[in-house]
Amino acid sequence: MTETTPPAAKASRPSFAAIMPRLARALTHDSRPPLMALGFCALVIVCAVFGESIAPFAKDQAHFTSTLMPPAWTEQGNWPFILGTDHLGRDMLSRLIAGARISLMTAGAAIFVAGILGTLLGLIAGYVGGWLDIVISRLVDAFLALPFILMALALVAALGAGTANIILVMIVTNWARYARLVRSEVMSVKKLDYVTLARVAGVSHPLIILRHIIPNAMQSILVLALLDVGRSIILESSLSFLGLGIQPPDVSWGLMLADARSYLMFAWWTAAFPGLAIVATVMSFNSTGDWLKRRFDPRAFL
Amino acid sequence: MILSRLAQAAVTFLLLTFLVFVLARLTGDPAPLVLSADATLDDFAFFRRQYGLDRNFVLQYLTFLSNLFSLDFGNSFRYRVPALDVVLAGIGPTLKLTGLSMLISGFVGVALGTFAAVSKSRVVDFTVNLVASIGQAVPSFWLGLMMIILFSITFPVFPSSGYGTAAHYVLPAVTLSFFATSSIIRLTRVNMQEALKSDFVHMERVLGLSERRVVLRHALRNASLPIVTYVGLQFGLLLSGAIVTERVFSWPGLGQVIVGAILNRDYPVIQATVLVTAILFMLVNLVVDILVVIMDPRLRS
Repeated sequence: MTETTPPAAKASRPSFAAIMPRLARALTHDSRPPLMALGFCALVIVCAVFGESIAPFAKDQAHFTSTLMPPAWTEQGNWPFILGTDHLGRDMLSRLIAGARISLMTAGAAIFVAGILGTLLGLIAGYVGGWLDIVISRLVDAFLALPFILMALALVAALGAGTANIILVMIVTNWARYARLVRSEVMSVKKLDYVTLARVAGVSHPLIILRHIIPNAMQSILVLALLDVGRSIILESSLSFLGLGIQPPDVSWGLMLADARSYLMFAWWTAAFPGLAIVATVMSFNSTGDWLKRRFDPRAFL
Repeated sequence: MILSRLAQAAVTFLLLTFLVFVLARLTGDPAPLVLSADATLDDFAFFRRQYGLDRNFVLQYLTFLSNLFSLDFGNSFRYRVPALDVVLAGIGPTLKLTGLSMLISGFVGVALGTFAAVSKSRVVDFTVNLVASIGQAVPSFWLGLMMIILFSITFPVFPSSGYGTAAHYVLPAVTLSFFATSSIIRLTRVNMQEALKSDFVHMERVLGLSERRVVLRHALRNASLPIVTYVGLQFGLLLSGAIVTERVFSWPGLGQVIVGAILNRDYPVIQATVLVTAILFMLVNLVVDILVVIMDPRLRS
């Protein structure tokens, strides 16, 4: 008689109260992958890459007879426009899909360059030391001492808006954090016995950096890069919202929200969906980053 | 320690003045924007001479720097009044908004964080984590738009834009404080959990002090140091957020000033806004550093 649970109890749905503790554990103490977040990240990436073939309409195809159409499931909704249309009759869903590309592309390009630049400078500061370390560390402090949007605005004021400049702005505001992280990682690894031994055994500096220092720092860099995706998307959409970021005819979620501001009174969907896209994307990348952090370093997690 | 902090801030500030000056000059020539379409070449030359744009770069910077110490940022190209006046007109509304948001996020964050630390319920744990991670992901300007739809359009309780009465503060301040609140909740909870595990709390419980007194008077006081530092650090983020939030609610603050100035290439106003904001930011950080020394007897020597 090992089977004690009656089959009926097994089949019944667990109550809300029974699920909560499990959800809480999953959210705080678990190192299982956050499947929903990973899935959503994948969805956004697919939209960014194959957007044009998935989207039902072209991103700037205007339907002047069906402007400000509400979502399809509401009373006045119309089927081809699942999430409704904006003030020019452009399909919201198609524009959201097109926006995914800009958001991910700008964030990705900026993080890639900032990551490499910051890593290089951090390596130099940490490994070489001396006056180079002092100069780089001072610069890092100065860059981190200011609210980033202020620096972003000052840069946009100088360079002008537009996609390429936004990427540049994000590189300038992001590199310092990588430099600081890599510098501290290098400092802690450099003094370890096996590095000293490798040095004594005659391994050259470049080889030590490549074989021992970088692999040690790689995990933290990856986590920081993943967490930066969310930050970058929010920065880009904020600038675009202010009219200082991505410029039409390019599509960005922040730009869609800037348009929506004038139609809040009668078209809530033009404001709701781009924002939801931002929140869901940022949350997904953040929790993926948090999960990696927990996996790589269980101590770092509180 | 305070002296070295001051020196550090001074160096950062000097670096910043140079950066701001160079960046503003890279923007391009403001003359075509300011002068009317039928301006002659003489008018252009006169405009450049009037604002010192025809002199060499180093000279322009040195003039800029020496004027800076007499608080002279030059005249706004657009409004033809001293740039500092334009900035000072915006600083009041921004500081009121930011200050109020800081108070809200400080009180609500510490209260909810403490509650979450004391409570042993998993549901509370889950909710706090959820709110915190949503708070990190919601851009303040979108939250603002949703607030307007909900509280100004669907249920017209608060005005959606404008400035003046107390009701005008509600939506912008709540919107702006959301991000900071969620991270302060998280930090307070972690620190309180630490403090509640410590020996002196056990001791006090053994001595029979009331739970309320143990938590509020002793544990919270001990956990409050990193929280005060953190709330101070949040000021920079709040200021950043304010720039965008002001746009949503048409709040007549620094955010509106600087965005307008950038769109109009109004150099003097851009420079003045960035520098004034940076000074504010550094001052708050300095005050926080001093406050921590006052609060923590161990740091007093």
